[in-house]
Amino acid sequence: MMDGKRYEALEGQSVLQVALEYQVDIPHFCYHEDLPVGANCRICLVEVEGKVVTSCTLKVIQDLEVFTQTPRVRALRKKNLALLLAGHKEQCPRCQQKELCSVMQTLRAYEVDTGRYTRPKTACPLLRLATAAEIDPDLCIGCNQCVEVCQKMGVGFLKLEGQGASTHAACTPNEKIDCLYCGQCTLHCPVGAAREQSAIKEVEADLEDPEKIVIAQMAPSIRCSIGEAFGQAPGRDMTGECYTALRLLGFDRVFDVNFGADLTTWAEAHELVERIMQGGSLPMFTSCCPGWVKCAEFYYPKWLPHLTTARSPHMLSGAAYKTWWAKKEGVDPQKIVVVSIMPCTSKKYEASQEKFLIDGWKPVDHVLTTREFVQMLRARSIDLASLKKSEGDMLSQYSGAAAIYGASGGVMESALRTAMWLLDGTSMERVMFEEVRGMKGIKKAHVQMGGKTLRVAVCATKTNMDFLLQELEKDPEAYHYIEVMACPGGCIGGGGQPIPTTQRIIAKRIAGLYSIDDHATIRRAHENPLAKEFMEQYIPSLSADRQQQLLSTHYQPRQRFE
Amino acid sequence: MNDLFSLIKEEGLVGRGGACYPVWKKWDAMRQVSGAKKYVICNASEGEPGVFKDAHILEMFPEKVFEGLCLAMEFVGTKEAFFNFNCSLYERMSSKMEYLARQTRKLGNTITFFKEIPSYIGGEETALLNAIEGKRTEPRLKPPYPSQFGLFGCPTLIHNVETLFDIACVADNTFTHERFYSISENGKSFGVHHLPDDWTIRQVLEEAERVPSYDFFVQVGGSASGPVYGSDQAETEHVGGAGSIEIYPLTMDPKELLQRWFDFYARESCGKCTPCKMGSYNLAQLLKASKEIPWQEIMEIVETMEATSFCALGSSISVPVKTYRRNILGL
Repeated sequence: MMDGKRYEALEGQSVLQVALEYQVDIPHFCYHEDLPVGANCRICLVEVEGKVVTSCTLKVIQDLEVFTQTPRVRALRKKNLALLLAGHKEQCPRCQQKELCSVMQTLRAYEVDTGRYTRPKTACPLLRLATAAEIDPDLCIGCNQCVEVCQKMGVGFLKLEGQGASTHAACTPNEKIDCLYCGQCTLHCPVGAAREQSAIKEVEADLEDPEKIVIAQMAPSIRCSIGEAFGQAPGRDMTGECYTALRLLGFDRVFDVNFGADLTTWAEAHELVERIMQGGSLPMFTSCCPGWVKCAEFYYPKWLPHLTTARSPHMLSGAAYKTWWAKKEGVDPQKIVVVSIMPCTSKKYEASQEKFLIDGWKPVDHVLTTREFVQMLRARSIDLASLKKSEGDMLSQYSGAAAIYGASGGVMESALRTAMWLLDGTSMERVMFEEVRGMKGIKKAHVQMGGKTLRVAVCATKTNMDFLLQELEKDPEAYHYIEVMACPGGCIGGGGQPIPTTQRIIAKRIAGLYSIDDHATIRRAHENPLAKEFMEQYIPSLSADRQQQLLSTHYQPRQRFE
Repeated sequence: MNDLFSLIKEEGLVGRGGACYPVWKKWDAMRQVSGAKKYVICNASEGEPGVFKDAHILEMFPEKVFEGLCLAMEFVGTKEAFFNFNCSLYERMSSKMEYLARQTRKLGNTITFFKEIPSYIGGEETALLNAIEGKRTEPRLKPPYPSQFGLFGCPTLIHNVETLFDIACVADNTFTHERFYSISENGKSFGVHHLPDDWTIRQVLEEAERVPSYDFFVQVGGSASGPVYGSDQAETEHVGGAGSIEIYPLTMDPKELLQRWFDFYARESCGKCTPCKMGSYNLAQLLKASKEIPWQEIMEIVETMEATSFCALGSSISVPVKTYRRNILGL
């Protein structure tokens, strides 16, 4: 019984879990359904038999009677909110921009004055995680979620430092541990202390510049998650609405990273087949996840020759816009600004790397996370859910294989579809590779093609990477092809996605991606006519050096923070 | 061993770390759990001001403490124990301690000394488990209790120094229902006295010849978390908690005393939960910034800390503040 109403619950569930399930409003800051209960924010208070307790630790029993809104509960919540968020508004850049985030909504609902109490300054500078994310120690409430999730990812880079009111997230002094820039900390921060390094200002400046042709391209994972920020169910495909919204924001062209995904698949499948037929370094690893690339460069440099040299989707498509498309349209490549909207913070790091420069220009100029995209829409009072759908511009054509790139196993499946065509050379090849789908951390399969048995594996998070690489240490020939992603569930569970993101929400988003594939008329990357034209006509017309410049990348062992 | 268990239950032995939890219940819980590996921990953290009896016991009767520890280990069925030391205390008595540890090694027991950075929270038993495991020194969620999921996930029995001393006394029939009282006056130690555990505060002070000649009040059971009584109440009240009596002159400046408590809590809060870490910090700041004592603001925070803190450290701040207000200031 909550507030006199009867609810059904499972044994072992906490009252907070039940409340969340039935949308009973209990504010909370340190609880996340995928992480251990910390019970430290002391905001999710409820009253039971006259006693005030935290609902995250209160287990459901038969006929339990809970009150969630008594005056005493509300007063104590208000007091703890004022203490917990002392000085928050003054320090938080998003509050300064008057954005109505969930923290602000709670503060308003409880009429909390964040200036009533104070908190000590930590004297620690902003912790910058390359160009990807940042953690403000003076905004941190020490809820420990970022530390827990970093640990769960298998990285263990973050820890709490300081005591008492100065407790805040910081990086470990352990030199052997480095950040992968995955941004899971930003996805699990309830107060925006851990956040992406915002590119909104730079993007807005370019949008306002009449000289510039600003191209937007969104990643496969954006369309099935962004709706959540506008009251839609996870997994609902918002592709058409997003295209409309991007135009409303002032983008000159709306292309799609999915086109880039078809290019990556094309290049990667060719490389895989070549390595298998001609005896190159096997297993071959995917490399479109910059978190994984950073992981390999820092922790596993010996495996670097095994990473595919194919560039990641948005880097390939960005280069295609500034060369092929620019030539077709007769525009000056220098005037083109490419903005990627990614579910990811480490894509910011990737886009800023010098090794991708082509004649001194960047294939991608700015990267926005899904959350920053939402922020821009909210600032303009654009309600995505109520927009009309529209079509993308020319280079927004993509196959179903590209759509599933966002899910763990999707890159593998796309490459297998094309590799099978390359090896078997028939149009009767398989499309669905269910063995590599799903939320499991490690997926293994044997796939028959070209008279061979291909042994493949898919893994997500460094925890699982470590397992798989241990297995490879023992048996280097265990696999031919391995897909690795830094985030759980793949990019769809990425660090730049809407908050909250949970395993259950990720599973629903993934279902949305596969549904796009199921309904696609073209399901293989090599059948995308535009990808075909680019790869079969434009690329071969270039010198070998130029081809290399546009399509390939390389890797190097890296130091900490490099 | 079952005899010892019955004796402990009969004598009504309670934990002397401050919580006064019946020893037999802890032992019984250890009997209920299975597990290949179990641990016993002796807790000599003693991080609360006004309490210094564990150091005294270790100085005077270390053999007895080790005897108690070995008995507990035998009962639990383990050969491994940890001894949690406040590191400065350890430095003072390391040679004796290492000697005794070597002696028990002859019985096949391994006792590892863990030297903690002195802290108040380090005495909280689950925070202690975290510290030994190399994690942040902060309390764990209970349940599971240490007897179910203790050190490195193994069932663990944790006893205070004096409790182990008492266990050894019960075993050799010398237990006399006495406890160790640390007596001090406004921060100055007046020594430790072993006297009956049911005496009133007044009786203890008289026997120790420490009844002040001036008007006074006392704080008992720990000078951070213990209740405050007037000299008249000292005639009837007993000493709970960790067994300390601190005497203050009645002329003590209330603001100074409150500041001492608040600064202590703000300094010692582990940083885990909101009310304790932010509450104690703001109490200390508020008081420092005010000329008069802002009672209403203080009590709002104190009551929030009492009602919503994660562990007893944070919630206990209300005990001295409320009893001081009521018993001494008459507010």
